[in-house]
Amino acid sequence: MRRIISVLLENEAGALSRVVGLFAQRNYNIESLTVAPTEDATLSRLTLTTLGDDKKIEQITKQLNKLIEVVKVVDLTEGEHVERELMLVKLRAVGAQRAEIKRTADIFRGQIVDATESAYTVQLVGVSSKLDAFLRAVGELSILEVVRSGVSGLARGEKVVSV
Amino acid sequence: MELLSGGEALIRALQDEGVEYIFGYPGGAALHIYDAIFQQQAVEHVLVRHEQAATHMADAYARVTGKPGVALVTSGPGATNAVTGLATAFMDSIPMVVISGQVQSDLIGTDSFQETDMVGISRPVVKHSFMVKSAEEMAEVVKKAFYIASSGRPGPVVIDVPKDTTDPNYRVPYAYPESVSLRSYNPATRGHPRQIRKAVDLLLAAKRPIIYSGGGVIQGNASEPLIALAKRLHLPVTNTLMGLGAYPSTDPQFLGMLGMHGSYPANMAMHHSDLIFAVGARFDDRVTNDPSKFCPDAKVIHIDVDPASISKIIPAEVPIVGPALPVLTELLATLEERLKEAPELVDEGARSAWWSQIEGWRSHSDFDHDQRHRNEAESIIKPQTVVQALYRATGGDAYITSDVGQHQMFAAQYYRFDAPRRWVNSGGLGTMGYGLPAAMGVKLAFPEAVVACVTGEGSIQMNIQELSTCRQYGLPVKIINLNNQALGMVRQWQDMQYAGRHSGSVYQDSLPDFVALAESYGHVGMRVTDPAKLDDAMAEVFSPALKDRLVFLDVAVDQNEHVYPMWVRGGSLRDMMLSKTERS
Repeated sequence: MRRIISVLLENEAGALSRVVGLFAQRNYNIESLTVAPTEDATLSRLTLTTLGDDKKIEQITKQLNKLIEVVKVVDLTEGEHVERELMLVKLRAVGAQRAEIKRTADIFRGQIVDATESAYTVQLVGVSSKLDAFLRAVGELSILEVVRSGVSGLARGEKVVSV
Repeated sequence: MELLSGGEALIRALQDEGVEYIFGYPGGAALHIYDAIFQQQAVEHVLVRHEQAATHMADAYARVTGKPGVALVTSGPGATNAVTGLATAFMDSIPMVVISGQVQSDLIGTDSFQETDMVGISRPVVKHSFMVKSAEEMAEVVKKAFYIASSGRPGPVVIDVPKDTTDPNYRVPYAYPESVSLRSYNPATRGHPRQIRKAVDLLLAAKRPIIYSGGGVIQGNASEPLIALAKRLHLPVTNTLMGLGAYPSTDPQFLGMLGMHGSYPANMAMHHSDLIFAVGARFDDRVTNDPSKFCPDAKVIHIDVDPASISKIIPAEVPIVGPALPVLTELLATLEERLKEAPELVDEGARSAWWSQIEGWRSHSDFDHDQRHRNEAESIIKPQTVVQALYRATGGDAYITSDVGQHQMFAAQYYRFDAPRRWVNSGGLGTMGYGLPAAMGVKLAFPEAVVACVTGEGSIQMNIQELSTCRQYGLPVKIINLNNQALGMVRQWQDMQYAGRHSGSVYQDSLPDFVALAESYGHVGMRVTDPAKLDDAMAEVFSPALKDRLVFLDVAVDQNEHVYPMWVRGGSLRDMMLSKTERS
């Protein structure tokens, strides 16, 4: 089962390598990973998606908690949460394709953020499955390049992850 | 405030931590630190012959004193040579601080001479690591390192020290922090009272309970309440390899070690129990055999300071996160309260039925080798009898270190440890070459104690160079070399699983003359080959005349001996080979 693990981490050199190293060392899988500083410059927020049953996820969160620089660990998928991923897609866009891509982007509430005579770059935000659906909709042939941010997420409601 | 260079601040901080010894080996990146060591007397430096030995000495010093051991190595190869020792300490949760020199900050990342990414290379085998950024933060980093190494589940911590942060010409005000707090690190200091009450209820309701205790009881100084609990409820006790000595081995309630080479009664009692009271043990694969077949009727109470150890392999009905000492102490108090209200809660009938079942398993006397071999006309020494002779010669009161292999298992099975911190071995990582430096670390910690290293001709050669260090510092440890002229445990597995194809496990024509070897280092070398002379030889090793000498006793033992019991791989704990031909 896919899980979103959210980690509050000391914003220190080497902290990220400990998290990533832990996953490699213990043979846990990372599907996506995103990390950046928070409003508190001493802290980073790291969000990763992984696959595993309850037992595995319990071990992952416990092992993460053991890392000295990890301040908090939350499995967002345990409760209601909001998740988003950002994707930029560069598409071949010539002739009739141009209108077709524009229409498809509109349907998915994407924006064209760069355009040349032969290419569009579309920006899309949403849950990962929506981004997957967009890629299927435009078809493999027109895709030149894809970059995805990985999943970010927050718990719904008042619940926060803080020190 | 006093002004000190970074190098001086580092050594002063070690003094302020109460460090007695630094085990180390110098090199370019560490020279400012070595100069600071030279200019003080409070901390003594012990020069080893290989950095791996320095880490094992620090590790063993920590195991017997409970205080973090300290090793100092230079950058590059010095640092990489320390990695095996870090991993050894990490697997056994031993508090240790390893200081590694590093090339100067502006050379880091340029592939400079003797540069290696020590923080990176050691990352999977340390509890935490630091790279010092400036002389100003030196004292604080040392304080944090010792705090992290010795609190919670202990473990090794690396401090990587770029040479420029120890520059003797750059001085900064020195003050050692009184305390340290880390917002992201708050190890449990006691168990949850509700969980403790649940544990007491389960213990009282159990018909066939057993205590399974490990290294956490020794590290956590919790022997006393463990014994009290066992006595109060008349519980059988088994210890892991790492836990030997936590419960007195000569006590009638002790069933022996459990696991792969555990005793027959210990493994049978575990398998048939209805409640496992696990404390400071982690259901290691050498304990459980196939986890799906492990102790099918047992509920589990699991006490551990590391929450990640609980329910990792075997799910716990009652998990209790906390150090063994406060948890067991509180549990005992809770138990006494319950029994004061309702003494009838102890089911004497069930307990005595359980014990009579256990006595039945005990009559198998699997460890009584004297018994087993009494009727054989022996012309060659059995390795087990060497450990028994050692036990007699030392009155059971020595510190015993071991290497890894058959001799390690024989030592664990046949030396009866009655006190914690007397048995020092690499249980988790299984590091050959550990035994001799470990014995040296113990001897420095307790100069008056009798310290013996039970080893084999394979393991001893992995750090044999330390005989020179022993000479330099006058360390009269006793080395008992069970010489079967082969890598015995490998050979045993090849006998059992590979039709006796001894691939890469024999070298009998190229072994050194160990007596001459020991003598060449200025020590006493002895050899014994005749079973009839074993006791005399052993007595001589520990005689007052040789009290101040390192003695290397080379014992020619039976090449064909196997360690038994040995479980049947993929089975449960009750599936054991008891000899080459008998199966449980």
